[in-house]
Amino acid sequence: MAGIEMKNIVKKYGDGFPAVNDVSIDVEEGEFLILVGPSGCGKSTLLRMIVGLEDITDGDMIIGGKRVNDLAPRERNLSMVFQNYALYPHLTVYENIAFPLRLAGKSDSEVDQKVREASKTLELDEHLERKPGNLSGGQRQRVAMGRAIVRDAEAFLFDEPLSNLDAKLRGQMRTEIARLQKRLGITTVYVTHDQTEAMTLGDRVAVLKRGVLQQHATPRELYENPANLFVAGFIGSPPMNFLPAKVNGDSVELPFGTVKIPADKAQKAQGKDLLIAGIRPEHFEDASVVDPDRVTDESTFTAKVDVVEWLGNEAYAYVPFEAPPEVQQQLQQLERDLDGESLRTQLVVSLDGASRIREGDEATIWVDVRKMHLFDPATGDNLTMDAANAGIVPGGNTMARAEQVGQQQDGVQPGGSQATA
Amino acid sequence: MSTKNKIGIVIGAALILLWCLLPVAWIISLSFKSQEAITNGSPGFLPSEGGGAGWQNYRDVLADDQFLRSILNSIGISLIATFLSVVIATLAAYAIARLEFTGKKFVLTLALVIAMFPVVSLVGPLFDMWRTFGIYDTWPGLIIPYMSFTLPLAIWTLSAFFREIPWEMEQAAQVDGATSWQAFRKVIVPLAAPGVFTAAILTFFFAWNDFVFGISLTSTENARPIPAALSFFVGSDPFNRPASLLAAGAVVSTIPIIVIVLLFQRKIVAGLTSGAVKG
Repeated sequence: MAGIEMKNIVKKYGDGFPAVNDVSIDVEEGEFLILVGPSGCGKSTLLRMIVGLEDITDGDMIIGGKRVNDLAPRERNLSMVFQNYALYPHLTVYENIAFPLRLAGKSDSEVDQKVREASKTLELDEHLERKPGNLSGGQRQRVAMGRAIVRDAEAFLFDEPLSNLDAKLRGQMRTEIARLQKRLGITTVYVTHDQTEAMTLGDRVAVLKRGVLQQHATPRELYENPANLFVAGFIGSPPMNFLPAKVNGDSVELPFGTVKIPADKAQKAQGKDLLIAGIRPEHFEDASVVDPDRVTDESTFTAKVDVVEWLGNEAYAYVPFEAPPEVQQQLQQLERDLDGESLRTQLVVSLDGASRIREGDEATIWVDVRKMHLFDPATGDNLTMDAANAGIVPGGNTMARAEQVGQQQDGVQPGGSQATA
Repeated sequence: MSTKNKIGIVIGAALILLWCLLPVAWIISLSFKSQEAITNGSPGFLPSEGGGAGWQNYRDVLADDQFLRSILNSIGISLIATFLSVVIATLAAYAIARLEFTGKKFVLTLALVIAMFPVVSLVGPLFDMWRTFGIYDTWPGLIIPYMSFTLPLAIWTLSAFFREIPWEMEQAAQVDGATSWQAFRKVIVPLAAPGVFTAAILTFFFAWNDFVFGISLTSTENARPIPAALSFFVGSDPFNRPASLLAAGAVVSTIPIIVIVLLFQRKIVAGLTSGAVKG
């Protein structure tokens, strides 16, 4: 087992496509690191550079204190689970799991003991003599994991391992992977585009955009202190609301009304004209169900609710609003970066299940102003970030840099994101 | 409707079988008739009264040293040519399917061009060359042209098969600790087995059935393959060709190819049903 250190890793393809740009990530021994980002952000490429299936254009890849840039995959002693599992269809489950051991020239008795052990862990005992073609998706997934855990690898690498499973199975396997990793305590790098997987599995999460590292922090830090608009919009479901805002002293003017924010936050946002305020849906509430002590005129506004989706434990209320063109443009760009397509600018408000707000109501909504973030619309930087609790944020305005790289990428391969991902 | 369809299919298949197998059936019928019966005219499918020869023609054919020798030549030459052709084609096709190198298109086109040459046009030069090299009337003298004429088809067939195998299979093997050669031998080749056997069957057919090279590049029973040997099979009386013996010889020389096709076909089917990768 070993830590993985990536120092200023760069990947440029032969046609000049800059897939990964100066990424430095340190994975500690035994840590579960998630690489996350929308398609085409270079996360899979980065993983394949760790395992040795892609050449590293520049930078140092250090595994267990040893520079491995020039080593072949088999000399790195890492095990990997592929997105389509890549099981050997001509071998039985037993031989699939035994494959790495056989290559290493282990004795039959040792192979047998280790395969049985792995198959017991993954509950594959009754399938050992079957061929992968006769297994269900979840079983194949487990065989792929068996092949990874059967030998004493320095680290596990997962490339979107759950994306081929249906939603229910995905949830189960997610827990299973987390449990397995905790028990074996082995360094793990896991690539996903699914922010739920990222939040639930990772000790730390590295968010990438267009091959540029945006933020590398714990899930909680990402959620509470996103470094920029991109991270803020990517982490959290439903996503954070972005509203045009004007700061005046310690009051913030939003499309629906003016609220007061804490002085220290207001301080950081002085001297800017138009800002983007970021508020998560759950930081709004129906004023009538909030503790009356907390509700003041300075933290509430009224708005006409367009649509309400009631889910039992909570409800989502949608409130459309008009945004000035410069903010609108930034938000549309952001939406595209996140693989989405927004039709209108609207506020999503998560309400308590007890709330009686109905469609078409003129509702009084309370906002938790302490949780509000203010972003610079020009650069996307979070002005109100608490740097001490935001993990590692690479300096030099990463979002704008990703934007530049994106333009270069589009120059090489018009049509945007890569086909793989 | 569906029963009507079924009946239609059965009748259609029967007609096609009849059409294809009638000559074969006739050869078999001839091989059981005696020489006199054929000379005197024996139009029936079954031997006429007293005109049947039983197994005598087969016994005569198998007692003939020249015939046995040419069967051996054919089997040996065809198997060696098939083996070499498939091995070389596998490696070449793998390179074509997997590697990016300049001149890839050129190699593929060249292979196709070779296959387009009429065999007859090359026999003359080959005859001269082989005599100079001293491999005229030897096994290598036939193995080499068979190989070169079947390689293009084998390469095209196999490279199509290799392209179907996901890259990730091989990458997984490499991560699991395999060298490139081990990944190729333990993962790629078994997965391409149906393609390998298809190529093998086609190559074997070509080598076994060839007549032009067989008769032009050999002069003695040293290397003469069976199709050529049958044409020299004149028996004791050169003016009266032993049709029934020839028929028996033709039947015997068809048996190895049927056996080999049946063996390989099982492999092809097994390979095709071994299971996919993705769910």
